[in-house]
Amino acid sequence: MDFKPLLLWSDILLWAMVAGCIALAVYCRRQDYLRRAWRRVGESGVAMASATILAAFVSVGLLDSLHYQPRLPAQEGSSEVQYAPEVLSVLDALVADLRLNKEKTYSAPLATHAFAKETMERDGLQTRDYPRLKWGGAHLDDVAGRDSDLARRAASGAFYGLLLWAAVVGVAVGWMALARGAPYGATCRTVWRPGTAATRPIAWRAVFATLAVLSVIGGITAAWSAGYHVFGTDKVGQDVLYLSLKSVRTALLIGTLTTLVTLPLAVALGLIAGFRGGWWDDAIQYLYTVLNSIPGVLLIAAMVLMMQVVIDTHPEWFETAAERADARLLALCFILGLTSWTGLCRLLRAETLKLRELDYVQAARAFGVGDARIMARHILPNLMHIVLIALVMDFSGLVLSEAVLSYIGIGVDSSMNSFGTMINAARLELSREPVVWWSLAAAFVLMLALVLAANLFADAVRDAFDPRFQWRARRIVKNVTA
Amino acid sequence: MSGPDVRHALEPLLEVRGLIAELDTPAGVARAVDGLDFEVRAGETMALLGESGCGKSMTAGALMRLLPDVGYIAGGSVKLAGRELTTLTEAQMRESRGSDMAMIFQEPATSLNPVLTVLQQIGEVLATHRGLRGAAARARALELLDAVGIPDAARRLDEYPFQFSGGMKQRVMIAMALAGEPRLLIADEPTTALDVTIQAQVLDLLARLQRERGMAVLLITHDLGVVARMAHQIGVMYAGQLIEQAPRAAFFTRPAHPYSKLLFDALPDAARHGRGELATIPGSVPPLTTVFAGCRFADRCPQAWSRCHDEAPAWHEAGEAQRVRCHLYDPAEAGRAAPLAAAATSVVADGGVEAGQAPLLSVRDLKVYFPIRRGVLQRVVGHVRAVDGVSLDIRPGRTLALVGESGCGKTTVGKAILRLIEPTGGTVSLDGQDVGSLSRSALRSLRARMQMVFQDPYGSLNPRMRVGEIIGEGMGALQQGGDGVAVARLLEQVGLRADMADRYPHEFSGGQRQRIAIARSLAVQPALIVCDEPTSALDVSVQAQILNLLGRLQRDMGLAYLFITHNIAVVEHLAHDVAVMYLGRIVEIGSVDQVLGAPRHPYTKALLSAVPRADLDAATLPQKLAGDLPSPADPPTGCHFHPRCPRAQARCGTDAPVLEGRDGRQAVACWFAD
Repeated sequence: MDFKPLLLWSDILLWAMVAGCIALAVYCRRQDYLRRAWRRVGESGVAMASATILAAFVSVGLLDSLHYQPRLPAQEGSSEVQYAPEVLSVLDALVADLRLNKEKTYSAPLATHAFAKETMERDGLQTRDYPRLKWGGAHLDDVAGRDSDLARRAASGAFYGLLLWAAVVGVAVGWMALARGAPYGATCRTVWRPGTAATRPIAWRAVFATLAVLSVIGGITAAWSAGYHVFGTDKVGQDVLYLSLKSVRTALLIGTLTTLVTLPLAVALGLIAGFRGGWWDDAIQYLYTVLNSIPGVLLIAAMVLMMQVVIDTHPEWFETAAERADARLLALCFILGLTSWTGLCRLLRAETLKLRELDYVQAARAFGVGDARIMARHILPNLMHIVLIALVMDFSGLVLSEAVLSYIGIGVDSSMNSFGTMINAARLELSREPVVWWSLAAAFVLMLALVLAANLFADAVRDAFDPRFQWRARRIVKNVTA
Repeated sequence: MSGPDVRHALEPLLEVRGLIAELDTPAGVARAVDGLDFEVRAGETMALLGESGCGKSMTAGALMRLLPDVGYIAGGSVKLAGRELTTLTEAQMRESRGSDMAMIFQEPATSLNPVLTVLQQIGEVLATHRGLRGAAARARALELLDAVGIPDAARRLDEYPFQFSGGMKQRVMIAMALAGEPRLLIADEPTTALDVTIQAQVLDLLARLQRERGMAVLLITHDLGVVARMAHQIGVMYAGQLIEQAPRAAFFTRPAHPYSKLLFDALPDAARHGRGELATIPGSVPPLTTVFAGCRFADRCPQAWSRCHDEAPAWHEAGEAQRVRCHLYDPAEAGRAAPLAAAATSVVADGGVEAGQAPLLSVRDLKVYFPIRRGVLQRVVGHVRAVDGVSLDIRPGRTLALVGESGCGKTTVGKAILRLIEPTGGTVSLDGQDVGSLSRSALRSLRARMQMVFQDPYGSLNPRMRVGEIIGEGMGALQQGGDGVAVARLLEQVGLRADMADRYPHEFSGGQRQRIAIARSLAVQPALIVCDEPTSALDVSVQAQILNLLGRLQRDMGLAYLFITHNIAVVEHLAHDVAVMYLGRIVEIGSVDQVLGAPRHPYTKALLSAVPRADLDAATLPQKLAGDLPSPADPPTGCHFHPRCPRAQARCGTDAPVLEGRDGRQAVACWFAD
């Protein structure tokens, strides 16, 4: 075999979460009312568009979560198979060009020359000038042809992107036509003009439109990155686009794994404190009040440093550097989770205090329904909207707190790419003259897209699960029919 | 109340012509007020009467130009003393609000700012509209508080709203409204949130102030009793339109519109006592987003014919100064105007309940004290005696009404009987089995025998559960199955369709929700249902449906009810026995005829006379009850009622009277009972 698959702990957790989501989806399909609620999500154009963008991020993250170690070339006279200590992912293999073609140091996006002057020897004379890049625009004989080359590549990239998009959409519509038993043309028309359909359809139009934008952007980026550094390079000459893509996985992991730690703590403690009251309530309140009075960053710093000592004193636990970085990431998620459950817990406790006095809880008690069942059936479902909103708000907050922690050097391992480390690096770059803005811009654009899509999607999910909610768009439908 | 029929030859103070107000809602544009025409003269009270959702409050909002964000005035004119209000700028309107017209709101608890003293809040109005500040403002505020009958006004000026009781807060609100010396006072359900004895005080106050100041009052209410007591002119609203306008006397002797007639018939009343079926109005008010072609009431009207569905009725004269929007009064339809069948109320024989049966539920000396904790260590420094020694019996198939004002502990009695609140003392036995001593598991099997229906139909159903699950839950918890068939049967029993089991509670109206709540409690086949004000959140026509349903279920299934209410009219209609509670104790208990017909306790008498009646002889002056309910944390010594009692003597302040009945009359706890 040419490679050895390697499962990091975070990979296992991430794929377990994917499996959990699939199981949840199957369960929702069986439960009539859950299916209806999710269908309402599907009816919202904004939700479907943001879901498409989220899906793009998630697929990058998942591709980056299939790790392997490549085999080293067999050594002379040895039959033993050796694997490289470097751990790669499928994403690394797909974008090998970006990963391997490094420059010496900074270069601007789509540049052909380095960002800083260098002393070089030309025709026997020592001059200071901007040297040509090793990769960016190296295929150009004449630098003046860069713009036309970029335009040509953009056009062909966009064309291939659209071609791919058309193929995907064609297959998807064909599949829909098959599933509905409707002729292909009619299916096309209903997808394109949903206003004429009797019931509100799933907003496929929004999905396809978003996909079109994504494929055009993706096509152009791919075409350019075959000859240029699209987002420029960083201090050590690494491609910023590559770093950004690698950071997606870290952001997704920090945002989701941390909530896996936060949620059970916050929900269980909040419910018990609010529902049981008395000593339970006092104890839990004291716990989170004390936890909240300790400065969060100090607490996290102390725990991260302790954990780092443990990791450093046990090098035998980790075979590769990637495994060590991974353990550090997991520990960070765990620590962030342990310190960030208090806000949600407090919200849930207050809401439970309100809910437990409501008549339907009293009615359930009058039937002799047990406490655990009342909490699970009557209180928890009525808290879910708070949980959902808190989760999404935390998602962005956690991605940002990772950046803050990386800033003071207690974030993720320095060998691990993350938006935090990129932003942290940008601190120094921004103070240069002229300014190196592209690392920050790349991290900013990608984080904004990720967090905004997550926020919009969660909004739609919350609205769909709120039984009292009515879509605003109904008015338009009504006017059309009236 | 002086001469309600006096009609001034004066110009009307408020003149509303073709007023249209719309709301831009997610469901479409709702025309909440549609072509309203009316006028109010100085010194006159105009009552707008209608069920919830018919546009009454929107009318008030449109007059004050205080509509919600999505609302706007789409047409018509509002003239106050000849000045057009709809075209004023917002700045001019602000000038007008408070000085030309003022408004008092339904909920006194939320219409005062809790962090400002009463003086600061009244002073704000005085400074804006009268230019009074400092000592002058204080003096004027003092006069106002005196005028609205707040005792010890000089001291209370500097107190905060939380230091006032509900009735007192409403008086402060009225004082604030009067501060700008308005010529028109808009009162939006001013007494709905108050108890009857307090309501009587506030209504009297409003009537007196109107007389003294010659104000015009626009009274918005759903309560026919309040209308009878207060109004000179009456306008009945339905689905955004006025459908009948009449002077008080005409309206109460000959209501013209079928809707008005049905409202009267739906009112539970002593006159139809005998637990007959009340007249009901099927269905509910149509959503205001509907585009109406014909009469808005046609779908619910028992007298509707094809013309009603096709053509919107115009105004027709129905007597002197009485106008009605109904085709029946069209001279062209003269042959049709047959009176509505008066036999809409049919008296049903009582389900043959023998009086001598052993009691199903027996409560003896029930006490519920809530500890008051203070300090860091949460030491118990006293008790709120919510229920202080209550004894009562309910026989199978009978209804005992527990009557009292809010805060008297009647709901706590109900919950303590079901052990939703642990009683502090006393015994509750059901079928001879002591509920209080049961273990949790033994209690569970007894749960099936008694159930509860709650007051708020919106809060008593879990919004995240489907109706089928809600009804099935009790059966599941008590191992009684709970399959779809049983749920469907229950839904049909309470008058809903079996296929509604898949829906969520928010898709139902208040009355339908209350039916679901009743089906839920019926699911476990109880012998006793504790009904905690089950109709107080519902409109009159819907209340009649629920009362009829409860009556029918009692006759069919021999259920016993403990009916907790403050609504005396409902008691008269439904109950066999009545217990009157005051501050944690029962002061009078007996059969409904005895207690309501010949009350012996002074509190019962005051309570009964304070109830506004929906008839013309409402002018009988109520036996006034001064003051408010004392706090149960610090009840008066001796007889709890003695500080407010007109007959109190020295003995009442020291010795608590015992509940006892003599000569076959109802038991009463009073030293000087009749």
